Amino acid sequence: MTYPQIKITGDTSVAVVFGDEISADINQKIRAFDEALNEEQIEGVFETVPTYCTLMIHYAPEVIRFHELRDRLQAILAVSHKAQKMNTIVMEIPVCYGGEYGPDLEYVAQYNHLSPREVVQIHTSAEYLIYMLGFTPGFSYMGGMDERIATPRLKTPRLLIPAGSVGIAGKQTGIYPIDSPGGWQLIGRTPVKLYDAHRDNPILLDAGLHVKFIPVDESEYKRIENRIELGRYHCHTYVKEDA
Amino acid sequence: MGIMFLKGGLMTTVQDAGRRGYQRFGLGVSGAVDVHAYVYANILVGNTHNEAVLEVTLLGPTIEFTSPAVIAVTGGDLSPLLNNAPLPMYRALQVQKGDILSFGAPKSGCRAYISFAGGLAITPIMGSRSTYIKANLGGYEGRKLEKGDEIAFRKPGTCPPNLPWRVMEPEDFPGSYTVRVLMGPQDDRFTEKGIATFLSASYSISNEFDRMGYRLQGPKIEHVTDGNIITDGITFGAIQVPDGGEPIIMLSDRQTTGGYAKIASVINVDMPMVAQCKAGDTLRFVKTDIVTAQDAFIAQKQKYKALCDQFDLGILPPPPEPEPFEPETSVYRLMEDGKFHDVTVTRIE
Repeated sequence: MTYPQIKITGDTSVAVVFGDEISADINQKIRAFDEALNEEQIEGVFETVPTYCTLMIHYAPEVIRFHELRDRLQAILAVSHKAQKMNTIVMEIPVCYGGEYGPDLEYVAQYNHLSPREVVQIHTSAEYLIYMLGFTPGFSYMGGMDERIATPRLKTPRLLIPAGSVGIAGKQTGIYPIDSPGGWQLIGRTPVKLYDAHRDNPILLDAGLHVKFIPVDESEYKRIENRIELGRYHCHTYVKEDA
Repeated sequence: MGIMFLKGGLMTTVQDAGRRGYQRFGLGVSGAVDVHAYVYANILVGNTHNEAVLEVTLLGPTIEFTSPAVIAVTGGDLSPLLNNAPLPMYRALQVQKGDILSFGAPKSGCRAYISFAGGLAITPIMGSRSTYIKANLGGYEGRKLEKGDEIAFRKPGTCPPNLPWRVMEPEDFPGSYTVRVLMGPQDDRFTEKGIATFLSASYSISNEFDRMGYRLQGPKIEHVTDGNIITDGITFGAIQVPDGGEPIIMLSDRQTTGGYAKIASVINVDMPMVAQCKAGDTLRFVKTDIVTAQDAFIAQKQKYKALCDQFDLGILPPPPEPEPFEPETSVYRLMEDGKFHDVTVTRIE
């Protein structure tokens, strides 16, 4: 099959498919196309949803019909596949590891024949790419975790996982944005609110962004938590050097 | 001043046209499941098309009006009653302080909509008043309504013009429907035999249905290999077929993304039939094309507009009930250069 492909996904949406595997390269293409499409400001297009391999585009047929939209998308695709290199932005998320914040850290260490300290060191050394968001508001599917700390899910999922919990499931890592049930191994927790319905940007993370976890101790966790309550904490971001 | 719930009913929630622009962040659209009935409810009482209404499911609530209002009930016939007398549906009605709106046994369809002229005083969250129960978000405290809850009117005392004429033919929900679908985006994940099964069999609605989706029962749809795909976006009306081979139709509270192959999607203008299905009702799927689907979509929007014009601008058919009018004298509303003139015509013999 050749990509990209434009597929009908209903009478008010289309999907542009960029490949059939999970890869940073495809994610980059989707991001570049999404941005090019956004700049084009096509009247009638009101929402785009990036996932691993596709960008779904929602539109109003009373403003623009399918065939016209398809032509416009093809024109953008013809240009954007030569897209300029995009900056890789990394957001630092403070995490308190172990103890009551990460009740499964010991297990993850034992399972992988490492010390808890080594697990934290490995987990905090990578910059994780957010491929997409889904499942619950603000839940990000991140890639790039070191296999040395990969651990299967819990056999029995927990009924309530507090918002901010950082977990491992197989080769994936992620953060629970809201209190929810779940089966991931919990290694730490961030005081940062990934989801706050009443904030200007209700969801902190976005597809294409990278995340780096910064280890903090309990007193630092509490200090950041207080500053967040007062609206005085913003996660540090930087542009990745080798991008 | 507004409404007070004496009983919440099975699943009564505040809904509007849905929350747009946040699917990329994992936040679903929500909104009314039967979009036609929802829009008609608002048009009947003179609201804009995206005003919040109550969505009622099978067993309706009991509501006391704590101030007068103009309301309309549309959608499935769940036996609405006003002060214990049958309430005519698909018609704008004046209700008084102390009036009680309740529901009896469901007669046809699954979901009814109650609109209030001037809307409900619900604070929008992320641009919408829709309730998304799974995230405990929007609507009334992010949940379904219960006994003791009170909602004020956003613009109390709103009364639309031409009240007696604000009536339309109720829709019919016989419980067995053929709906049009657009094939894809993963129809290539099914065998020819699988596609043929999907387009010829009758599927019944299982007990597993809610605002998120319907699980259907019927002949298994054959995959080429299996029903798993790399997770992608899900639209309203998308038909997923997991490994088991029985389809699932996704509705308003669907998750934004999913990992099951989607054989087709029900076109928007036919979704109200799906929305009114309940356990035991049956669906058949017939293939259509994008041009036909979008022609129908646009025609539907034009029908909404024509109804608004009819009700709001006084481009009126004969009144449904002549009683309120004196036989000798009639008042006509003439429109000239966009201005209205009320003219009294008296018959002289």
